[in-house]
Amino acid sequence: MSAITIALAGNPNTGKTTLFNALTGAHQHIGNWPGVTVEKAIGQLKKEDKTFTIVDLPGTYSISAYSLEEKIVADYLQKEKPDVVVNVVDASNLERNLYLTMQLIEAGAPLMIALNMVDDAKQKGMQIDIESLSRCLGVPIVPTVASRKEGLKDLVERFSPAIATAKAQQAPALSDYLALAESLRTANDEDSLIEGRYHFISQVLEQSVRIDGPQEESFSNTLDNILTHRVLGIPIFLGIMYLMFEIAFSWIGKPLQDLLDDWISGPVSDFVSESLVSLGVADWLQSLVVDGIIAGVGSVLAFVPLIFTLFLFISILDGSGYMARVAFIMDQAMRKIGLSGKAFMPMLIGFGCSVPAIMGARVLDSERDRRVAALIAPLMSCSARLPIYALFTALFFTENETLIIFSLYVLGIALAILMGILFKKTILKGESEPFVMELPPYRLPALHTVLIQTWEKGKGFLIKAGTIIFSMSVVLWFLSNYNFDGPAEMQDSFLAAIGGFIAPLFTFHGFGSWEAGVAVLTGILAKEAVVSTLGIVYGIGELSGDAVDAATQLMPVAQVHFTALSAYAFMVFTLIYTPCMAAMATLKKELGSWKWTLLGAVYPLVLAWLVSLVVYQVGLLLGFGG
Amino acid sequence: MKTLKDIKPGQSAVVDKVMVTGTAKGRLMAMGVLKGATIRVVKVAPLGDPIEVQIRGYNLSFRKAEAEQIMVI
Repeated sequence: MSAITIALAGNPNTGKTTLFNALTGAHQHIGNWPGVTVEKAIGQLKKEDKTFTIVDLPGTYSISAYSLEEKIVADYLQKEKPDVVVNVVDASNLERNLYLTMQLIEAGAPLMIALNMVDDAKQKGMQIDIESLSRCLGVPIVPTVASRKEGLKDLVERFSPAIATAKAQQAPALSDYLALAESLRTANDEDSLIEGRYHFISQVLEQSVRIDGPQEESFSNTLDNILTHRVLGIPIFLGIMYLMFEIAFSWIGKPLQDLLDDWISGPVSDFVSESLVSLGVADWLQSLVVDGIIAGVGSVLAFVPLIFTLFLFISILDGSGYMARVAFIMDQAMRKIGLSGKAFMPMLIGFGCSVPAIMGARVLDSERDRRVAALIAPLMSCSARLPIYALFTALFFTENETLIIFSLYVLGIALAILMGILFKKTILKGESEPFVMELPPYRLPALHTVLIQTWEKGKGFLIKAGTIIFSMSVVLWFLSNYNFDGPAEMQDSFLAAIGGFIAPLFTFHGFGSWEAGVAVLTGILAKEAVVSTLGIVYGIGELSGDAVDAATQLMPVAQVHFTALSAYAFMVFTLIYTPCMAAMATLKKELGSWKWTLLGAVYPLVLAWLVSLVVYQVGLLLGFGG
Repeated sequence: MKTLKDIKPGQSAVVDKVMVTGTAKGRLMAMGVLKGATIRVVKVAPLGDPIEVQIRGYNLSFRKAEAEQIMVI
């Protein structure tokens, strides 16, 4: 017997995803809806002899096709015809939540209601007569508290198409309403239809819900008065962000990154290398595995703790309701780029790592905005570029390091803004999305949900990026160890030849040497590879991890090949050009097409070439050439 | 004629007419911003826009451009 398909539909912030996670546990798969960057979560639930396939539909307030999510939900219900639609309703926010319910009832879906967060409703003094509510709406209702797994057993027990379609003895008011709605739809009177729904809802609530005692100022509102305060709001926000980056980088990211780095380049490499030797494997294969694959994959793997930590924070901020406040606070500023306040967080995350930044773009309302945000996010100077800046400023700008690095960050932001505006005015133009956003009550996010979200996002990155990084590592290893005559030293390799071939492109940038060309190429694999490549091509070998020590090692050769001005032009180039492989893999995953991914790879390259050229040439004119 | 933009934070009004057009109209109406609904302006964002309102027991945020086109009594 085929599985019964259960679709979860409901407003955002109703605990829909928490319910989905609680029902499916580890048996779930998260991806994108075909062609669009809206999350598609499907899970399995086995109960006795039955298997349920549970589909978590995107959270929507209605199914009137105002947004991509709404279109997806509407299309899904119409075309896939799930056996049961479970409408997850926030009991403490019934009036607005029932709007979607009314649309689902009108659509004739085999409906059940999971009346979630009944504990919150009780706390608000709401007495809900579930019997009466169920009768008024003609739909079976199960009260639940998904975050504490209460009521889930009852819900699952009633997962049956027969129960969902068997209309409870339909109240006459409902029949009247449905007839009216039908005629309004025929008359195409959308406004009256919407008013009719809310009118019916208020009648239902009058019959089924009693509110005891006066409504007092909730804890959520008190907290909100502080967190979005006119004066304190922005400083508090900056403080939270600072703390987040401090924890992600200084406390967790950096130490674990160093640890992983040491571990991979030390014991892991040694062990594999020794094993290969004792197995009598050919030299070239040893080199491929150790110098190519382990080194290449390892350099990116070292970023995994940082990426996971950032995902963890994003999930917590999102689940707590604070993310919506960030959008509220920053909307006015972000509007200048033609994006909404919701785009601020992903951009900010970009300073940590482009991967979560690109993935964060999916919170935006329209596909167009998502694309713009994903395309410009890599321009925010990520942490992997910092070693490059650190090295070159230690080489050439010991007097004003901070100013130089700061200027690069500002340049990245400025270019992101410019490109954002440019994209919105050219290939991604259209009416800008209205900013209409719920500010959900603050909640303690459910640990289970936070962990699952973090893991799913991180896993997505690992798999997707892993395969691309793996193959790129192999290709780069081959190019740097071979030429047409067979095995070769780096300076005689294909890579050096290619580096030499592209070097003339940078003649007027001040860094037109094959060494710089090679460094630029490996930087596409991972930005921090630029520094280690410079060490190799300049014949120094392993550079010190400390920028000042590395600078001392590089000083003699670097001063032959670079001036302060060309070093700055080089940093500008590495800031802007093609994002790293991991980011590209994420772009492919999020944008869903090679065409857009290619644009994401090529436009930064052209932009980097132009801006870096201008920087160098203007610098020469201004007399900074020495 | 008073619009929602004229309502000070902390004060309430009743929606009279939603003159908003385009996609914003449908969204606002689906969120319950309709004639007869009581709407309370909670606050204005630190940078001066958007605004936060309370309607039908929950909190909603939209821009002043939209608030200006919502007539209230």
